[in-house]
Amino acid sequence: MSEPLFEFLCRMGDNTLVLGHRVSEWCGVAPVLEEDIALANTALDLIGQTTLWLNLAGEVEGKGRDADALAFRRDVWEFRNVLLVEQPNGDFGQTMMRQFLFDLWHKGMLTALQDSSHDQIAAIAEKSLKEVTYHLERTTDTVVGLGDGTDESHDRMQNALDRLYPFVGEMFVSDAIDTAMMAEGIAPDPADLRPAFDARLDEVLSDATLIRPTSDFAHKGGKSGQRHSEHLGHMLSQMQWLQRAYPDATW
Amino acid sequence: MVTDKPTTEVIWEWLDAVPDPEIPAISLTDLGIIRNVEWVGDTLEVTVTPTYSGCPATRIITLDIETALRDRGIEKLTLKTQLSPAWTTDWLTERGKERLEGYGIAPPQPAGGPQHCPLCKSSHVERISQFGSTPCKAQWRCQSCLEPFDYFKCI
Repeated sequence: MSEPLFEFLCRMGDNTLVLGHRVSEWCGVAPVLEEDIALANTALDLIGQTTLWLNLAGEVEGKGRDADALAFRRDVWEFRNVLLVEQPNGDFGQTMMRQFLFDLWHKGMLTALQDSSHDQIAAIAEKSLKEVTYHLERTTDTVVGLGDGTDESHDRMQNALDRLYPFVGEMFVSDAIDTAMMAEGIAPDPADLRPAFDARLDEVLSDATLIRPTSDFAHKGGKSGQRHSEHLGHMLSQMQWLQRAYPDATW
Repeated sequence: MVTDKPTTEVIWEWLDAVPDPEIPAISLTDLGIIRNVEWVGDTLEVTVTPTYSGCPATRIITLDIETALRDRGIEKLTLKTQLSPAWTTDWLTERGKERLEGYGIAPPQPAGGPQHCPLCKSSHVERISQFGSTPCKAQWRCQSCLEPFDYFKCI
Protein backbone atom coordinates (compact mmCIF):
# COMPACT_ATOMS: atom_id res chain seq x y z
CA MET A 1 0.00 0.00 0.00
CA SER A 2 2.98 2.30 0.40
CA GLU A 3 3.35 2.86 -3.33
CA PRO A 4 0.07 4.72 -3.98
CA LEU A 5 0.67 6.70 -0.78
CA PHE A 6 4.13 7.67 -2.03
CA GLU A 7 2.61 8.72 -5.37
CA PHE A 8 -0.06 10.77 -3.62
CA LEU A 9 2.48 12.57 -1.43
CA CYS A 10 4.64 13.32 -4.48
CA ARG A 11 1.60 14.84 -6.17
CA MET A 12 1.01 17.16 -3.25
CA GLY A 13 4.69 18.03 -2.86
CA ASP A 14 5.43 18.40 -6.57
CA ASN A 15 2.50 20.79 -7.02
CA THR A 16 3.83 23.10 -4.33
CA LEU A 17 7.46 22.64 -5.43
CA VAL A 18 6.93 23.45 -9.09
CA LEU A 19 4.56 26.34 -8.42
CA GLY A 20 6.83 27.62 -5.64
CA HIS A 21 9.77 27.65 -8.03
CA ARG A 22 7.77 29.32 -10.79
CA VAL A 23 6.54 32.04 -8.45
CA SER A 24 10.05 32.62 -7.12
CA GLU A 25 11.14 33.45 -10.70
CA TRP A 26 9.46 36.81 -10.09
CA CYS A 27 11.83 37.67 -7.26
CA GLY A 28 13.43 41.01 -8.10
CA VAL A 29 11.46 41.61 -11.30
CA ALA A 30 7.82 41.98 -10.18
CA PRO A 31 5.91 45.10 -11.32
CA VAL A 32 6.13 46.85 -7.93
CA LEU A 33 8.08 46.22 -4.75
CA GLU A 34 5.04 45.16 -2.69
CA GLU A 35 4.04 42.56 -5.24
CA ASP A 36 7.62 41.35 -5.45
CA ILE A 37 7.63 40.74 -1.70
CA ALA A 38 4.19 39.14 -1.79
CA LEU A 39 5.21 36.75 -4.57
CA ALA A 40 8.43 35.82 -2.79
CA ASN A 41 6.48 35.16 0.42
CA THR A 42 3.96 33.01 -1.42
CA ALA A 43 6.81 31.03 -2.99
CA LEU A 44 8.40 30.62 0.43
CA ASP A 45 5.20 29.18 1.91
CA LEU A 46 4.89 26.76 -1.00
CA ILE A 47 8.50 25.61 -0.72
CA GLY A 48 8.02 25.16 3.04
CA GLN A 49 4.97 22.98 2.40
CA THR A 50 6.98 21.05 -0.19
CA THR A 51 9.56 20.15 2.44
CA LEU A 52 6.82 18.71 4.66
CA TRP A 53 5.17 16.70 1.85
CA LEU A 54 8.33 15.38 0.23
CA ASN A 55 10.05 14.48 3.51
CA LEU A 56 6.99 12.42 4.37
CA ALA A 57 7.03 10.90 0.87
CA GLY A 58 10.66 9.89 1.36
CA GLU A 59 9.84 8.41 4.77
CA VAL A 60 6.95 6.40 3.32
CA GLU A 61 9.10 5.20 0.44
CA GLY A 62 11.77 3.95 2.85
CA LYS A 63 14.71 4.22 0.47
CA GLY A 64 16.53 6.93 2.37
CA ARG A 65 15.46 9.81 0.10
CA ASP A 66 14.56 13.09 1.75
CA ALA A 67 12.80 16.18 0.33
CA ASP A 68 16.03 17.48 -1.24
CA ALA A 69 16.79 14.18 -2.95
CA LEU A 70 13.26 14.02 -4.35
CA ALA A 71 13.25 17.66 -5.45
CA PHE A 72 16.67 17.76 -7.06
CA ARG A 73 17.38 14.24 -8.27
CA ARG A 74 14.31 13.23 -10.18
CA ASP A 75 13.76 13.97 -13.84
CA VAL A 76 10.66 15.23 -15.64
CA TRP A 77 8.88 11.87 -15.95
CA GLU A 78 9.11 11.26 -12.20
CA PHE A 79 7.32 14.51 -11.33
CA ARG A 80 3.65 14.26 -10.36
CA ASN A 81 2.49 17.88 -10.41
CA VAL A 82 -0.52 18.97 -12.41
CA LEU A 83 0.24 20.69 -15.73
CA LEU A 84 -1.24 24.00 -14.54
CA VAL A 85 1.59 24.77 -12.13
CA GLU A 86 4.42 24.18 -14.61
CA GLN A 87 3.02 26.66 -17.15
CA PRO A 88 5.31 29.66 -17.66
CA ASN A 89 4.65 32.83 -15.69
CA GLY A 90 3.63 34.93 -18.70
CA ASP A 91 2.77 38.45 -17.58
CA PHE A 92 1.84 39.36 -14.01
CA GLY A 93 -1.86 38.81 -14.75
CA GLN A 94 -1.24 35.30 -16.04
CA THR A 95 0.82 34.47 -12.96
CA MET A 96 -1.95 35.70 -10.68
CA MET A 97 -4.66 33.84 -12.63
CA ARG A 98 -2.64 30.61 -12.43
CA GLN A 99 -2.14 31.16 -8.70
CA PHE A 100 -5.83 31.90 -8.14
CA LEU A 101 -6.97 28.75 -9.97
CA PHE A 102 -4.47 26.65 -8.04
CA ASP A 103 -5.21 28.30 -4.65
CA LEU A 104 -8.93 27.67 -5.07
CA TRP A 105 -8.32 23.95 -5.71
CA HIS A 106 -5.59 23.78 -3.07
CA LYS A 107 -7.79 25.23 -0.34
CA GLY A 108 -10.57 22.72 -1.06
CA MET A 109 -8.09 19.85 -1.10
CA LEU A 110 -6.35 20.86 2.14
CA THR A 111 -9.66 21.44 3.90
CA ALA A 112 -10.65 17.85 3.09
CA LEU A 113 -7.21 16.49 4.01
CA GLN A 114 -7.51 17.91 7.52
CA ASP A 115 -9.82 14.94 8.18
CA SER A 116 -7.40 12.42 6.69
CA SER A 117 -7.08 9.08 8.46
CA HIS A 118 -3.30 9.60 8.18
CA ASP A 119 -2.24 11.79 11.14
CA GLN A 120 0.83 13.33 9.50
CA ILE A 121 -1.11 14.23 6.36
CA ALA A 122 -3.85 15.82 8.46
CA ALA A 123 -1.22 17.84 10.36
CA ILE A 124 0.51 19.10 7.19
CA ALA A 125 -2.89 20.02 5.74
CA GLU A 126 -3.87 21.92 8.90
CA LYS A 127 -0.59 23.87 8.83
CA SER A 128 -0.69 24.58 5.08
CA LEU A 129 -4.35 25.56 5.04
CA LYS A 130 -3.71 28.70 7.09
CA GLU A 131 -1.13 29.88 4.58
CA VAL A 132 -3.19 28.91 1.55
CA THR A 133 -6.31 30.66 2.86
CA TYR A 134 -4.22 33.82 2.95
CA HIS A 135 -2.90 33.20 -0.58
CA LEU A 136 -6.42 32.75 -1.91
CA GLU A 137 -7.62 35.97 -0.28
CA ARG A 138 -4.90 37.88 -2.08
CA THR A 139 -5.27 36.20 -5.48
CA THR A 140 -9.06 36.61 -5.39
CA ASP A 141 -8.66 40.35 -4.72
CA THR A 142 -6.07 40.65 -7.48
CA VAL A 143 -8.09 38.75 -10.07
CA VAL A 144 -11.12 40.93 -9.32
CA GLY A 145 -9.04 44.13 -9.24
CA LEU A 146 -7.32 43.47 -12.56
CA GLY A 147 -10.31 41.84 -14.26
CA ASP A 148 -12.63 44.70 -13.33
CA GLY A 149 -9.85 47.23 -13.91
CA THR A 150 -8.75 49.05 -17.04
CA ASP A 151 -9.46 47.80 -20.56
CA GLU A 152 -5.85 46.70 -20.77
CA SER A 153 -5.83 44.76 -17.48
CA HIS A 154 -9.25 43.26 -18.23
CA ASP A 155 -8.11 41.95 -21.61
CA ARG A 156 -4.95 40.51 -20.17
CA MET A 157 -6.87 38.69 -17.43
CA GLN A 158 -9.38 37.31 -19.93
CA ASN A 159 -6.49 36.09 -22.10
CA ALA A 160 -4.85 34.51 -19.05
CA LEU A 161 -8.09 32.73 -18.14
CA ASP A 162 -8.63 31.49 -21.71
CA ARG A 163 -5.08 30.21 -21.81
CA LEU A 164 -5.08 28.51 -18.39
CA TYR A 165 -8.63 27.20 -18.14
CA PRO A 166 -7.85 24.02 -20.17
CA PHE A 167 -5.48 23.07 -17.32
CA VAL A 168 -8.17 23.27 -14.63
CA GLY A 169 -9.84 19.92 -15.38
CA GLU A 170 -6.78 17.83 -14.52
CA MET A 171 -6.94 18.88 -10.87
CA PHE A 172 -10.29 17.09 -10.53
CA VAL A 173 -9.60 13.88 -12.44
CA SER A 174 -9.67 10.72 -10.31
CA ASP A 175 -7.45 7.75 -11.08
CA ALA A 176 -6.33 4.50 -9.41
CA ILE A 177 -4.08 6.33 -6.92
CA ASP A 178 -7.02 8.47 -5.79
CA THR A 179 -9.22 5.39 -5.47
CA ALA A 180 -6.61 3.77 -3.25
CA MET A 181 -6.40 6.92 -1.10
CA MET A 182 -10.19 7.13 -0.80
CA ALA A 183 -10.41 3.47 0.22
CA GLU A 184 -8.16 4.13 3.19
CA GLY A 185 -9.78 7.43 4.13
CA ILE A 186 -6.50 9.19 3.43
CA ALA A 187 -7.66 11.66 0.78
CA PRO A 188 -10.91 12.75 -0.87
CA ASP A 189 -12.07 11.98 -4.39
CA PRO A 190 -10.79 14.98 -6.39
CA ALA A 191 -14.00 14.93 -8.42
CA ASP A 192 -15.97 15.71 -5.25
CA LEU A 193 -14.09 19.00 -4.89
CA ARG A 194 -15.31 20.30 -8.25
CA PRO A 195 -18.81 21.64 -7.43
CA ALA A 196 -17.56 23.95 -4.66
CA PHE A 197 -14.67 25.05 -6.89
CA ASP A 198 -17.02 25.84 -9.77
CA ALA A 199 -19.45 27.76 -7.59
CA ARG A 200 -16.74 29.99 -6.14
CA LEU A 201 -15.01 30.39 -9.51
CA ASP A 202 -18.25 31.67 -11.05
CA GLU A 203 -18.70 34.21 -8.23
CA VAL A 204 -15.16 35.55 -8.53
CA LEU A 205 -15.21 35.67 -12.34
CA SER A 206 -18.51 37.51 -12.23
CA ASP A 207 -17.03 40.10 -9.83
CA ALA A 208 -14.01 40.32 -12.11
CA THR A 209 -16.22 40.82 -15.23
CA LEU A 210 -14.47 37.85 -16.84
CA ILE A 211 -16.10 35.16 -18.96
CA ARG A 212 -15.49 31.53 -18.21
CA PRO A 213 -14.59 29.49 -21.30
CA THR A 214 -17.38 27.15 -22.34
CA SER A 215 -15.24 24.20 -23.40
CA ASP A 216 -14.42 21.71 -20.68
CA PHE A 217 -11.50 20.28 -22.64
CA ALA A 218 -8.70 19.42 -20.20
CA HIS A 219 -5.00 18.80 -20.82
CA LYS A 220 -3.87 15.83 -18.74
CA GLY A 221 -0.71 13.89 -18.03
CA GLY A 222 1.01 15.87 -15.27
CA LYS A 223 -0.29 14.21 -12.11
CA SER A 224 0.10 10.76 -13.69
CA GLY A 225 3.55 11.75 -14.97
CA GLN A 226 2.72 10.38 -18.42
CA ARG A 227 3.02 13.60 -20.38
CA HIS A 228 4.36 16.78 -18.87
CA SER A 229 4.50 19.89 -21.01
CA GLU A 230 7.84 20.95 -22.49
CA HIS A 231 8.11 23.74 -19.92
CA LEU A 232 8.82 21.49 -16.93
CA GLY A 233 12.12 20.21 -18.35
CA HIS A 234 13.37 23.74 -18.93
CA MET A 235 12.36 24.71 -15.41
CA LEU A 236 14.10 21.70 -13.85
CA SER A 237 17.28 22.30 -15.82
CA GLN A 238 17.52 25.63 -14.03
CA MET A 239 16.24 24.46 -10.64
CA GLN A 240 18.42 21.35 -10.45
CA TRP A 241 21.65 22.30 -12.19
CA LEU A 242 23.70 22.96 -9.07
CA GLN A 243 22.81 19.68 -7.36
CA ARG A 244 23.39 17.81 -10.62
CA ALA A 245 26.74 19.47 -11.31
CA TYR A 246 27.91 19.19 -7.70
CA PRO A 247 26.03 16.34 -5.99
CA ASP A 248 25.83 16.73 -2.19
CA ALA A 249 27.30 20.25 -2.37
CA THR A 250 27.07 22.11 0.94
CA TRP A 251 28.10 25.58 1.99
CA MET B 1 21.66 12.64 39.63
CA VAL B 2 17.96 13.24 39.35
CA THR B 3 18.09 16.01 41.92
CA ASP B 4 20.56 17.91 39.71
CA LYS B 5 18.10 18.30 36.88
CA PRO B 6 16.74 21.84 36.64
CA THR B 7 12.95 21.92 36.93
CA THR B 8 10.92 22.62 33.81
CA GLU B 9 9.95 25.99 35.36
CA VAL B 10 13.60 26.94 35.35
CA ILE B 11 13.98 25.75 31.74
CA TRP B 12 10.99 27.90 30.72
CA GLU B 13 12.70 30.89 32.33
CA TRP B 14 15.85 30.22 30.35
CA LEU B 15 13.89 29.93 27.11
CA ASP B 16 12.11 33.13 28.01
CA ALA B 17 15.45 34.90 27.66
CA VAL B 18 16.05 33.67 24.07
CA PRO B 19 15.07 36.39 21.57
CA ASP B 20 13.31 35.72 18.30
CA PRO B 21 16.05 35.96 15.64
CA GLU B 22 13.98 38.13 13.26
CA ILE B 23 12.16 40.23 15.86
CA PRO B 24 14.56 40.39 18.82
CA ALA B 25 12.15 42.58 20.81
CA ILE B 26 10.17 39.48 21.73
CA SER B 27 11.31 36.14 23.12
CA LEU B 28 10.58 32.67 21.84
CA THR B 29 8.10 32.13 24.66
CA ASP B 30 6.34 35.42 23.79
CA LEU B 31 5.92 34.09 20.27
CA GLY B 32 4.18 31.01 21.64
CA ILE B 33 6.10 28.51 19.54
CA ILE B 34 7.48 26.48 22.45
CA ARG B 35 4.66 24.08 23.17
CA ASN B 36 6.14 21.79 25.78
CA VAL B 37 9.18 21.23 27.95
CA GLU B 38 9.57 17.94 29.77
CA TRP B 39 12.08 15.50 31.12
CA VAL B 40 11.93 12.02 29.59
CA GLY B 41 14.28 10.09 31.85
CA ASP B 42 17.43 12.19 31.85
CA THR B 43 16.76 13.69 28.40
CA LEU B 44 15.14 17.09 28.09
CA GLU B 45 12.49 17.21 25.40
CA VAL B 46 11.48 20.58 23.95
CA THR B 47 8.56 20.71 21.51
CA VAL B 48 8.52 23.55 19.00
CA THR B 49 5.80 24.52 16.50
CA PRO B 50 6.88 26.44 13.37
CA THR B 51 5.17 29.77 12.65
CA TYR B 52 5.10 29.43 8.84
CA SER B 53 6.11 26.24 7.07
CA GLY B 54 8.78 27.97 5.00
CA CYS B 55 9.99 30.49 7.58
CA PRO B 56 13.81 30.54 7.34
CA ALA B 57 13.99 31.65 10.98
CA THR B 58 12.77 28.22 12.14
CA ARG B 59 16.19 26.64 11.74
CA ILE B 60 17.91 29.51 13.54
CA ILE B 61 15.33 29.23 16.33
CA THR B 62 16.06 25.54 16.96
CA LEU B 63 19.78 26.34 16.88
CA ASP B 64 19.27 29.17 19.39
CA ILE B 65 17.27 26.93 21.73
CA GLU B 66 19.95 24.29 21.58
CA THR B 67 22.73 26.80 22.23
CA ALA B 68 20.87 28.42 25.13
CA LEU B 69 20.24 25.09 26.85
CA ARG B 70 23.68 23.63 26.18
CA ASP B 71 25.26 26.79 27.61
CA ARG B 72 23.30 26.11 30.80
CA GLY B 73 24.72 22.62 31.01
CA ILE B 74 21.91 20.57 29.46
CA GLU B 75 23.65 17.72 27.68
CA LYS B 76 20.89 15.36 26.63
CA LEU B 77 18.43 17.30 24.57
CA THR B 78 15.79 16.40 21.99
CA LEU B 79 14.01 19.02 19.92
CA LYS B 80 10.66 17.90 18.56
CA THR B 81 8.76 19.65 15.79
CA GLN B 82 5.00 19.58 16.13
CA LEU B 83 2.74 20.70 13.28
CA SER B 84 -0.65 20.13 14.86
CA PRO B 85 -2.30 22.08 16.39
CA ALA B 86 -0.97 24.63 13.93
CA TRP B 87 0.60 27.77 15.36
CA THR B 88 -1.75 30.69 15.74
CA THR B 89 -1.14 34.31 16.67
CA ASP B 90 -3.56 33.68 19.58
CA TRP B 91 -0.56 32.08 21.28
CA LEU B 92 1.37 35.37 21.39
CA THR B 93 1.56 36.48 25.00
CA GLU B 94 0.10 39.82 26.12
CA ARG B 95 3.61 40.89 27.03
CA GLY B 96 4.73 39.86 23.53
CA LYS B 97 2.04 42.01 21.92
CA GLU B 98 3.06 45.02 24.02
CA ARG B 99 6.69 44.51 23.12
CA LEU B 100 5.84 44.26 19.42
CA GLU B 101 4.00 47.56 19.54
CA GLY B 102 6.85 49.18 21.43
CA TYR B 103 9.20 47.93 18.71
CA GLY B 104 7.05 49.55 15.98
CA ILE B 105 5.18 46.44 14.80
CA ALA B 106 1.39 46.53 15.17
CA PRO B 107 0.28 43.38 17.01
CA PRO B 108 -2.28 41.01 15.40
CA GLN B 109 -5.96 41.82 15.83
CA PRO B 110 -8.91 39.47 15.35
CA ALA B 111 -10.43 42.11 13.05
CA GLY B 112 -7.67 41.35 10.55
CA GLY B 113 -5.91 44.72 10.56
CA PRO B 114 -4.00 46.88 13.02
CA GLN B 115 -5.95 48.76 15.68
CA HIS B 116 -3.81 51.84 15.24
CA CYS B 117 -0.43 53.09 14.04
CA PRO B 118 2.20 51.75 16.45
CA LEU B 119 4.06 55.07 16.21
CA CYS B 120 1.48 57.89 16.50
CA LYS B 121 -1.53 55.74 17.57
CA SER B 122 -3.79 57.18 14.87
CA SER B 123 -6.52 54.79 13.76
CA HIS B 124 -6.36 56.09 10.16
CA VAL B 125 -4.33 53.31 8.63
CA GLU B 126 -4.31 51.59 5.23
CA ARG B 127 -2.89 48.37 3.91
CA ILE B 128 -0.06 48.58 1.38
CA SER B 129 0.51 44.86 0.92
CA GLN B 130 -0.74 41.63 2.43
CA PHE B 131 2.87 40.52 2.80
CA GLY B 132 5.91 42.10 4.40
CA SER B 133 9.54 41.71 5.33
CA THR B 134 9.00 38.30 6.96
CA PRO B 135 6.29 35.64 6.39
CA CYS B 136 4.52 36.69 9.61
CA LYS B 137 4.07 40.35 8.67
CA ALA B 138 2.12 42.61 6.29
CA GLN B 139 2.83 46.19 5.24
CA TRP B 140 0.57 49.02 6.35
CA ARG B 141 0.80 52.79 6.32
CA CYS B 142 -0.45 55.44 8.70
CA GLN B 143 -2.53 58.11 6.96
CA SER B 144 -1.93 60.58 9.79
CA CYS B 145 1.84 60.46 10.31
CA LEU B 146 2.38 58.91 6.84
CA GLU B 147 4.88 56.39 8.20
CA PRO B 148 4.81 52.86 6.80
CA PHE B 149 4.84 50.11 9.43
CA ASP B 150 4.77 46.34 9.82
CA TYR B 151 1.63 44.58 11.00
CA PHE B 152 1.93 41.12 12.55
CA LYS B 153 -0.56 39.05 10.51
CA CYS B 154 -3.33 37.28 12.36
CA ILE B 155 -3.43 33.57 11.61
